[in-house]
Order: sequence, then structure tokens, then C-alpha cells
Amino acid sequence: MSNPLVEVKDLKKYFHIKNEGASETVSLLKAVDGVSFDVFEGEILGIVGESGCGKSTLGKTVLNLYEPTAGEVLYRGESVYERHAQELKEQTKKMQMIFQDPYSSLNPRKKVAKVIGQSLDIHSIGTSQERSERIEHLMQEVGLNPLFRGRYPHQFSGGQRQRIGIARALALQPEFVVCDEAVSALDVSVQAQILNLLLDLQEKHNLTYMFIAHDLAVVEFISTRILVMYLGRVVEIARKEDLVARHVHPYTKALFIASPITSPEQRKGEKHIFQGDVPSPINPPSGCHFHPRCPYAIERCKKEYPPMKEVAPGHYAACWVV
Amino acid sequence: METVKQETLLEIDNLNFSFKTQRGLVRAVRDLSITIKKGETLTLVGESGCGKSVTAHAINQLNPMPPGRVDSGRILFNGIDLLQLKKGEIEKMRGTQISMIFQEPMTALNPVFTVGSQIADVFMTHQGMGKDEAMARAVELFHLVKIPAPERRIHAYPHQLSGGMRQRAMIAMALASPEPGLMIADEPTTALDVTIQAQILDLLGDLKQQIDMSILLITHDMGVVAEMADRVVVMYAGRKVEESDVNSIFNDPRHPYTLGLLNSLPSNPKYKQAKRLEAITGTVPDLLTIGDGCPFANRCAYATDICRSSFPSMSEINKDHSVWCHNHESVKREKAQ
Repeated sequence: MSNPLVEVKDLKKYFHIKNEGASETVSLLKAVDGVSFDVFEGEILGIVGESGCGKSTLGKTVLNLYEPTAGEVLYRGESVYERHAQELKEQTKKMQMIFQDPYSSLNPRKKVAKVIGQSLDIHSIGTSQERSERIEHLMQEVGLNPLFRGRYPHQFSGGQRQRIGIARALALQPEFVVCDEAVSALDVSVQAQILNLLLDLQEKHNLTYMFIAHDLAVVEFISTRILVMYLGRVVEIARKEDLVARHVHPYTKALFIASPITSPEQRKGEKHIFQGDVPSPINPPSGCHFHPRCPYAIERCKKEYPPMKEVAPGHYAACWVV
Repeated sequence: METVKQETLLEIDNLNFSFKTQRGLVRAVRDLSITIKKGETLTLVGESGCGKSVTAHAINQLNPMPPGRVDSGRILFNGIDLLQLKKGEIEKMRGTQISMIFQEPMTALNPVFTVGSQIADVFMTHQGMGKDEAMARAVELFHLVKIPAPERRIHAYPHQLSGGMRQRAMIAMALASPEPGLMIADEPTTALDVTIQAQILDLLGDLKQQIDMSILLITHDMGVVAEMADRVVVMYAGRKVEESDVNSIFNDPRHPYTLGLLNSLPSNPKYKQAKRLEAITGTVPDLLTIGDGCPFANRCAYATDICRSSFPSMSEINKDHSVWCHNHESVKREKAQ
């Protein structure tokens, strides 16, 4: 495999949550709690997990949009956090983000050309003529008619807006893009178009993606490797083919079982559905966070958090029972 | 499907529903006819703006009117035309025979009352029960929808429950009627996490076995359709384009849009090794600019001249499967190759 482009080392991001009521107590929400992994050049690393598992916080912390509580992220061997203002500006050219909500992530008062071209202005790239050409080129590349450059975001459909967000992320020719639930808010037929577009762009520009989503089917389709998160921790990581063939961690199993069926013939009389809710990340269960919902849990799971074990080459899982 | 009796519970007969907007009249539902039999689960499937929620809300008159307007049609429930009922009569119907669960239970439940008292309210208003009896019935219903520790949980406020528990409480409230006839479920699992979605779908399936009710399930998710439906109606831009029993829609889709919807799913087994999805090109047309042609024509690989000028009449594939497409034979031929 190629060199790691991004190395995430024991990354932690905690939030202080003020409790309601008279007493001024503060709880600690451990959104990302000691996460380590590499992202290799040219790969699509899928990050999957349910709401509150910390996957979006992870994406934002990796990009230095959040300051980490502890840990380190290296980009091409250099820390993304220890940077002077000028270096930080250079870094943001290489690392970009596509957001979930194409409605709230675009400034409604700016014309589309301005939205897409703002980063070119900030970085003073090219003459105004060159910028204008670049914007037209970007619009074409993501499937938008450049004639619409003077329109406002609200004049576009959800899918078109997501294309605007993609064009904006690509404006500075980044190497690494975090796609945070980039297709989750879209209708299925539009979702398919955007997935194809993201794959086309990845091939054409040799991009590396960190693709965050709650939908296992989407992650399974687009990713080359998959990382599964539960309550702030990585529970399993493997190449896509390996994970599909053999999901080791009980939570990964639960996700695969809960994944919607694709034909009515797959209806089963007796289903093996995992019970219980996702607990709050404030005061998560002791030991392995999944143990209250886990049918395989043993005494040890309640007391100690399991370490990552390599269960097959390149396939890691954090579970006492495997 | 064997439990389905042949009696019709709900019949929507040639409904046309429109909204008056500043830009003109939006025909949200056009010439729509649907029947739901007793004990049956019918899913209404389609993407945003296809008219599926407007249809559901037309049944118990929850669409804002104006700007909404019924242009023509009838909605018969046990033979009574719901569209002719007065406000008080339809309100009684909602509490007793037609219940509804919504996508986001947090906005559907009242935040300042406990969930138990909101359910008890239904019993007290519509069945004249006293408070203690009504609360006892609420606990029973919490048992039925498998909420753990129901005696304690009925005293919780909506914000104190998780999303899955809130949806269970919503379902319990929908069952708080003397004879649950029709449950309308509008995207009941869309806002939920996937492991919780599986639990709620499982619960709805179980309840159908225990209680003699029909479900009108509205969804954009073909996975939910595969899991729950007896019959399926596919809508696009206000029109019904295909109607079938659930197996036939998955095994033998005849409308190009239905086919495209199935092909858009990354979980479709055909994509095990694929690098790209077979996406439908283009976008849903502006409802204001649709003429009398087939609304899918501008995105359809099979479209011919006639599609742009006239909406097709019904073609029967078999007694349980109909399609509204001029070129459904071409769809069949292409699939056979």
C-alpha cells in the first residue's frame, strides 16, 4: 500500500456540556476518545456509525476545524495543529470538506460564482479573469450550467446545491477531502448521481477521501476501506472486501443485520435484531461501550475497554470476545 | 399477505389536489386512485415532492387549506366520504379510526406534557374514560410497543426519551383508539438510526400480527418497502406510475422510474463489483411547468414523442400489477436481454 497521507494518532476531542438547572456542574462529552488510524493516498476511507458516535467531530478535528483535546494528526508527516497562520493557509488548500446539508452550508446572500470562488479570492489565486474561467470550469466539472453563475443558492435544487458545495471544495485543487454525510440529505436518485460524481472526481484528480456516513450501504459501495465507530471509539477497521466477508465486532454485525434488505424475499420470520438504544456519549457504559447491547458480552467487557487486535492482515477489531 | 381480507377499508378515487402559490397553481396530486384493503400494508413510495405526503394528509384533512384545495375526487373510508365531513367529524375520525405517526416524533408530541398523559388524553377525549383508567391503558400500550419499564416511562416528558422510544410512544398513541382501523405512517423511521429503524419496523410488523389494522406507509426507502409492504404504489411528480404486489415490483419493475429507483440503491446486489451506479439523470421537473405529458419523460431513457404530449393510460401486467407507461414493453424487452 502507498504511504499514509494522513496519520491520526490517539486523537481525542472532548466537549464541556453545561448541565441545566441551578447547579453549575459541567459534564464531559467524549465525542472522539482515543482514535488512531491512517489514511493512505488515493484511497476512500469510509467512516460509519450511528448518530452521536463522533464521526463528524472526527472529520472536523482531523481538518483542524476543531482544536483537539489530545492526540496528533500528521499530514504528509507534519502536524496539522502546530502551524503558523501562513502555513495554516497553505494547509487548508490541500485539505477540504464537503458538508451534509446543502441548504445551511451555502451562504444564501452570495451568488453561486462567489460561493465557489471565495477561496480563490482569499488565497489571491490568479487574475480576476483567470478566477472567472476557473469558476466556469469547476461548474462544468460538477455538472452545473456555467450560465447559472449569477444565481443564488435558493434557486437550485438540493442535488444541484450539493454540486455547488463540491465545486467549492475542489476550487483550490485539494489532495484530501472529508465528505461529511455528503449524500445523506439527498433523494435516492440524486444520491446515486452525486456518488458517481464523487467517484469520477476522485479518479480524475487522484483525490483521497474520508467519507463519513451513517448509511452502511453507501459506505460499502464507495469505500476502499471501512472504519466503524461506536461512542467515540473505533471498533473495527478493515479493507472493504474483508469487512463485508467477515465482520468481527458485534456492533459491526449489528449494523450489517440492521441494514435494510434489498428484496422482499429476504424477509425473515425470526430476526436477530440488536435491542437497546445508543447510549449517551456523556457517561457512556463502563468497559466496552457496547456491552449492554452485546449478546456476546462477558464479565471482562463490563470492566475493561478492549484493545485493538489484528484479526487478519490489515483487519483490526476492538473486542474481548474475538 | 394471507391475512389480507378482500374488504376495502379506504378508497381514494381520482383525487386531484393543488396548492395555490404566488407563482401559480401547483398540482401536487393528479388523478390518483388507491385502495387499501382491511389488514393490508400499502406503501406509497417516491421522492420529495412526489405528492405522497400530500396524499396521506388529504385523508385526514391535515393539509393547510388554503392554500391547498381539493379539485376533485373522493376519499371513502368504510364507505364514508371523508372529504365531505365537517371539521368536528373528521377530528373524531382521527382520534378513533384513523391514526397517524410522523417522521419526527419530537415535533409531533407536545413537549410540555408527559407522554403518558398525552396518550391518556386520547382515551379520555374519545372514549370518556376517567384519568386513572386512561393512565392504566397507557401503561398497557407501552407494554405493547415494548418500552422498557413502562410504569416509570409514562411519566417522562418527550425530551427525556431517545428518538426510538419517542417513536414507540407515538405508535402507542396511534393505537389508543377503540378500533384502530387505519394507521398512516409518514416516513416513520427516516429520522432514526439504522439499528433503531430495524427495531421499529420489527415492532410495526409484530403489531400487525396482533391487531387487525391496515397501514398506509409512506416512504422514500425501497428497503423499508421490501421489509413491510403487501402492495406498493410508486408516485412521481404527483402521479401514480406503477402499482403492484411487493414481489412483482422488485422482480419485474415495468416503469422506467421504478427501475431507476431500484438501480439508484447502492445496496442493489448488482453493484457487488461495480464502479458506478446506474443513476437516473436530470432532476424532478418543476411541478408548475408540467403539462399533460408523462412527468418522467425528461429523465427517461425510453421516452418517445407521445410521452411528452400525453400521460399514458393504465396497462395491466397481471391482476395485481399495473403500470402507466407508453413504453413498458421496451422496458421488459431490455431487461430480458
